[in-house]
Amino acid sequence: MATGDLCTVERRGRVHLITLTGAGEHRLNPALISAIRSAVAAARASPGAGALVMAAEGKFFCNGYDLAWARGDPSGRIAAVRAALRGLVADLLALPMPTVAAVTGHAAAAGCGLALAHDTVVMRASRGFLYMGEVDAGIKIIDYFGELLRQKVPDAATRRDLVMKGEKMTAAEAVRRGIVDLAVDGGVDDVVAAAVTIAEGLAARGWDGEIVAEIRKAAWPELWSKVKDYGCDAPSRPRL
Amino acid sequence: MEPNNLCTVERRGRVHLITLTGAGEHRLSPALLSAIRSAVAASAGAGALVLSAEGKFFSNGFDQAWARTAPLHLHSTMDGGFRALVADLLELPMPTVAAVTGHAAAAGCALALAHDSVVMRGSRGFLFMSEVHAGIKIVDFLAELMREKVPDAVNRRDLLLRGDKMSAAEAVRRGIVDKAIDGGVEDVVNAAVAEAEKLAARGWDGEVVAEIRKAVWPKVWDKAKDYGADAPAAARPRL
Repeated sequence: MATGDLCTVERRGRVHLITLTGAGEHRLNPALISAIRSAVAAARASPGAGALVMAAEGKFFCNGYDLAWARGDPSGRIAAVRAALRGLVADLLALPMPTVAAVTGHAAAAGCGLALAHDTVVMRASRGFLYMGEVDAGIKIIDYFGELLRQKVPDAATRRDLVMKGEKMTAAEAVRRGIVDLAVDGGVDDVVAAAVTIAEGLAARGWDGEIVAEIRKAAWPELWSKVKDYGCDAPSRPRL
Repeated sequence: MEPNNLCTVERRGRVHLITLTGAGEHRLSPALLSAIRSAVAASAGAGALVLSAEGKFFSNGFDQAWARTAPLHLHSTMDGGFRALVADLLELPMPTVAAVTGHAAAAGCALALAHDSVVMRGSRGFLFMSEVHAGIKIVDFLAELMREKVPDAVNRRDLLLRGDKMSAAEAVRRGIVDKAIDGGVEDVVNAAVAEAEKLAARGWDGEVVAEIRKAVWPKVWDKAKDYGADAPAAARPRL
């Protein structure tokens, strides 16, 4: 499966922009996660890269795990994709540059988690929800994912509404509740442009990337400890 | 070095007021940390404690200049001294108020937040976790303190990861500081003392205050407790 069918990578000034391609739901399976991780690794290796933006084409940012694919082997595949996402979260936490999620469309379940794993989140105002659909779909939330939600949605009432009640949160609501930094009017390209502008501003600070990564791990240590053995720097990487 | 070149101590009613003296940055060197700890220990019998400072700075953090010249094996005395001071504040049998009279950066910011209440000068001065700009890691103990006292994800991201300079008004808005006080250093100190006097007037059992405080901030207490004045001798690391 060609990586370009799954995500593209471009440089805009100092910003490394990853776009999940196509009009589909960008459901997370090992192939897509692997492609994204390759793109993130490319950002890390790219000389002069100062910040990362993760965006998507179409109506969806990411609608969660590829459950249709997982149903092919329920006992093994859900565990496999969970482990793969764990690795991607580790890579994002360890990334030596600021990260911005451009939530250009619906971000549901694991897709919502993926957005929250970034330092800054901008979201399309006119369309799209954050939606932790697990409770509605009858899917459990496992340890590191729960930690991600606890760290990034610390307010008890908001966490209860998002995770336990499966509330669909618009950008305006998410900003009001402090989960999303900015609601952006317009279309997908406007959201991406806003994210890139913020990312460029962060890159312009000229911070030492290794320090950014270390401070990020110090800010979210419980989450880092739960994912670090799955990241690209892990000494003996668990078999995925 | 005379301790009162570094900080003074006075009683105002039931309030034990400690002031970091002089117009400098009140960098937390082992000597200053030791002087503050002595001043804190002298609070026995008071109803509440206030920590304030003269001049433009509350405290601008660790004494990096000292660290650059001191032999490596002594560096732990600064980190250990800071932990010890925080341990003393956490187990202090009376309410504590930080009067952030000026800039509070890095360890200075953490020291302010280690108090139960924080009042801050409205017109001048920032809370500032400067590490990301300086290109240095945040010391583990400082990060623990900041995490417990700044639970909100956005606030934590902005303070730690972006190194935002937060004015008093901004810090109050975000729930990090209790009150912004107009005027000069003296006005901030007076407001802190008034707040401390009110807390002292509640007549709480000091030992209970200390136990409840440790129960509310267990993670930072856990990382500090072996350094404090009451730590059993065997556990106390050699400083």
